[in-house]
Amino acid sequence: MSNDNKNNGLAGWIDQRFPMTKMWEEHISKYYAPKNFNFWYFFGSLALLVLVLQIVTGIFLTMHYKPDGAEAFISVEHIMRDVDWGWLIRYLHSTGASAFFVIIYLHMFRGLMYGSYQKPRELIWIFGMCIFLALMAEAFMGYLLPWGQMSFWGAQVIISLFGAIPIVGDDLTLWIRGDFVISDATLNRFFALHVIAVPLVLVMLVVMHVIALHEVGSNNPEGIEIKKHKDENGKPLDGIPFHPYYSVKDLVGVVVFLILFSTVVFFMPEMGGYFLEHANFIPANPFKTPEHIAPVWYFTPFYAILRAVPHKLSGVLAMFAAIAILFLLPWIDRGKVHSIRYRANSFRWLLTMLVISFIGLGYLGALPPTELRTFFAQVFSVGYFGFFLGIWWISKNEKTKPVPERIL
Amino acid sequence: MSSDGVDNNRRRFLTAATVVVGAVGAVTVAVPFLKSWSPSARAKSAGAPVEFDISKMEPGQQVVVKWRGKPVWIVRRDTNILATLSNVEGELSDPSSDESIQPEYAKNEARSIKPEFLVVEGVCTHLGCSPTYQPEVVAGFQGFFCPCHGSKFDFAGRVYNGVPAPTNLPVPPHFYVSNDVIRIGEDGTV
Repeated sequence: MSNDNKNNGLAGWIDQRFPMTKMWEEHISKYYAPKNFNFWYFFGSLALLVLVLQIVTGIFLTMHYKPDGAEAFISVEHIMRDVDWGWLIRYLHSTGASAFFVIIYLHMFRGLMYGSYQKPRELIWIFGMCIFLALMAEAFMGYLLPWGQMSFWGAQVIISLFGAIPIVGDDLTLWIRGDFVISDATLNRFFALHVIAVPLVLVMLVVMHVIALHEVGSNNPEGIEIKKHKDENGKPLDGIPFHPYYSVKDLVGVVVFLILFSTVVFFMPEMGGYFLEHANFIPANPFKTPEHIAPVWYFTPFYAILRAVPHKLSGVLAMFAAIAILFLLPWIDRGKVHSIRYRANSFRWLLTMLVISFIGLGYLGALPPTELRTFFAQVFSVGYFGFFLGIWWISKNEKTKPVPERIL
Repeated sequence: MSSDGVDNNRRRFLTAATVVVGAVGAVTVAVPFLKSWSPSARAKSAGAPVEFDISKMEPGQQVVVKWRGKPVWIVRRDTNILATLSNVEGELSDPSSDESIQPEYAKNEARSIKPEFLVVEGVCTHLGCSPTYQPEVVAGFQGFFCPCHGSKFDFAGRVYNGVPAPTNLPVPPHFYVSNDVIRIGEDGTV
């Protein structure tokens, strides 16, 4: 687009005062993405969709919800029974939370498969991990708000994790709770963080994630840098503009996602106790721990690691290490080849081991502990951390396949 | 702007001084916000001592009293239960309560003033769940069992070996106001 057009009409008037057309072109209509995106590349835009969904449904929920120890549980039931369409808004929000994690985990797996975290995309990965961390905080604090049994005892366990820190631990948990137990004070501050502070941070991080992505350019299933081969106008030969090509393609992903999503919302919003746990339909009771407490499914892998270690401080450290180590992945992996398609077979085996361990941990973390299950949780924990050790080991002298110059 | 005649040392000093003063100000302003997360005066006053009349308790019975919002158990232990305490000693991780929290007068095998009555905080020292009282042997175990992560405690709230909880259940400060009434949350004035 030439500059002459920009100066005419309303768009021209705006462009002289705000870089509207410039931003549109930079990020949408002239953002060149590799032409070979596959199924796995739907999850970025889907995550954005769910973020918007969560913010919109969340705003409407706050209009009826009461962040008060005495009223919170009742107000959620009020939303479910008395508010017109309240049940739909709440189920969209609760299902949206789980959908968010499904999408994010698949999005991260895509990054692992195609080496999207490798140089020069380390910062995209770091921002993404910060989003993951903020999302976990957001989900954890949101889960306290219905003030059910699982809300209460889940929060009790998670906040007590900080008590494992030597010396300051007990004072720190007291400070987080604002009371000697989880109470109204805790509920109120979690509400404030859940609806204002963390969403703001999340949106900011998402913007940084996307800006970093558009600066470096997208990776692709071949792991080939499309910027190496450009035409005379400086456009990557193997790239196509995001709009209309990928905007339209992503719409197909949105439709498929919405079909699955609404099936859950309308027919199984509790997902058999995995999305909304049964114990959470009982009001919080500080004197009675439910028979079996487990976090919501998206935390169970990390929770299983915590339980696998029969020592308080070490267990807590192992759990935090399981998340922290992901931040370091761009430097743990010393490999130069991005995509699984051209990496050594040992990489495939390691990635398979990670997936099995992660799913195994997630499954075990949702069940009450027995000796056999604890043993398997220990095996899977070793498998989880083994992935990172293995990647570091094999990537030194990896026997990779030749990577093509261009995307065919 | 011309940079002739600029005293760079002076400029650097002034910049650094401004940054330092600004940072001190920012940290100072942060204090009230951070402090606002501490337990409020109301929450602290709700931590006042509570009294409980133990005269109507059956042998083997457990009652839960609320103190500082936490469950505090009072268990009337009969002779059978008390006899288990020395039997399990070998399986415990801190049998003499050296690593655990209790007032000096409860640092004994029964972890109580009168062996018959156990007063203990019903909050697992692992991650804060409330263990279940299991007076009869179920699945080879009797005592207190934490459903969250499988920690086990004996009838004096002493933790077993090989479970995630690190220390015995804490004994809150308490004393007998009279023969029948326990006051929880305060040491007796001797």
